[in-house]
Amino acid sequence: MTYLYAFLFAGSACALAQIILDNTKLTPGHITSLYTVLGALLSFLGLYDGFIEKFGAGATVLISNFGHMLYSSALQGYYEEGLLGIFSGMLCKSSLAITGAIVFSFIVALFFNSKD
Amino acid sequence: MNIEEYKKLVKNMSPQENRLKNILVAFFVGGLIGFLGQFFIYFLTESFGISIVEASRWLCLLLILIGTIFTALGFFDTWFSKLKCGLIIPTTGFAHSVASCALDFKKEGLITGLGANFFRLAGSVILYGIISAFFLCVIRVMLIG
Repeated sequence: MTYLYAFLFAGSACALAQIILDNTKLTPGHITSLYTVLGALLSFLGLYDGFIEKFGAGATVLISNFGHMLYSSALQGYYEEGLLGIFSGMLCKSSLAITGAIVFSFIVALFFNSKD
Repeated sequence: MNIEEYKKLVKNMSPQENRLKNILVAFFVGGLIGFLGQFFIYFLTESFGISIVEASRWLCLLLILIGTIFTALGFFDTWFSKLKCGLIIPTTGFAHSVASCALDFKKEGLITGLGANFFRLAGSVILYGIISAFFLCVIRVMLIG
């Protein structure tokens, strides 16, 4: 059943992004930023953990999960270290995505050239 | 011909994209990525016995790797024109924005090209993500503690 929910949730998030892209002048860059902020906001409202539990990978594959990771690790940092923890813990979980993107892109850039 | 008529003419002459089809394609591609991701998590938890949280982090890394490799091979932009937002909203879009900048600016040198422009597109995601998470976290701490 989680498979169906994952399909429907990830699909509707992408369909909503497509509706925004087609009907406004926003670029894909605007929309990914918007979704990240939306992910942090949903996490702030306490909804995103429930989404991950219910929709499984449907919620974790989206870019909004990046916002969720930022917010939840900042909050976790606060509980561990106080105000300092917000600063030091902010990138804790999303370090995975950022470091991954940097390492893979750098390696790829060394071996490939732009196709244009 | 006044400006209003001209605008109407341009609107009629410019190619009409089939919006409903775009939405359905984005829905199916995005949904498929979610479905396959769920399958990948199931596969990892069943065969290696790791927790769901750890499996979803491996999934995140795998999506970034796939996005980067397809960008490098030049498939991603062709696919994006056909598959629309289905590829941009999953984490593959983040990887694509980093990798495409890295590839495009490589020819301007490793420091002034590749290094300076690495986060040209993905920077906004990181910046606004951190700013919103920071202020939301401060609000939450002030409200609830």
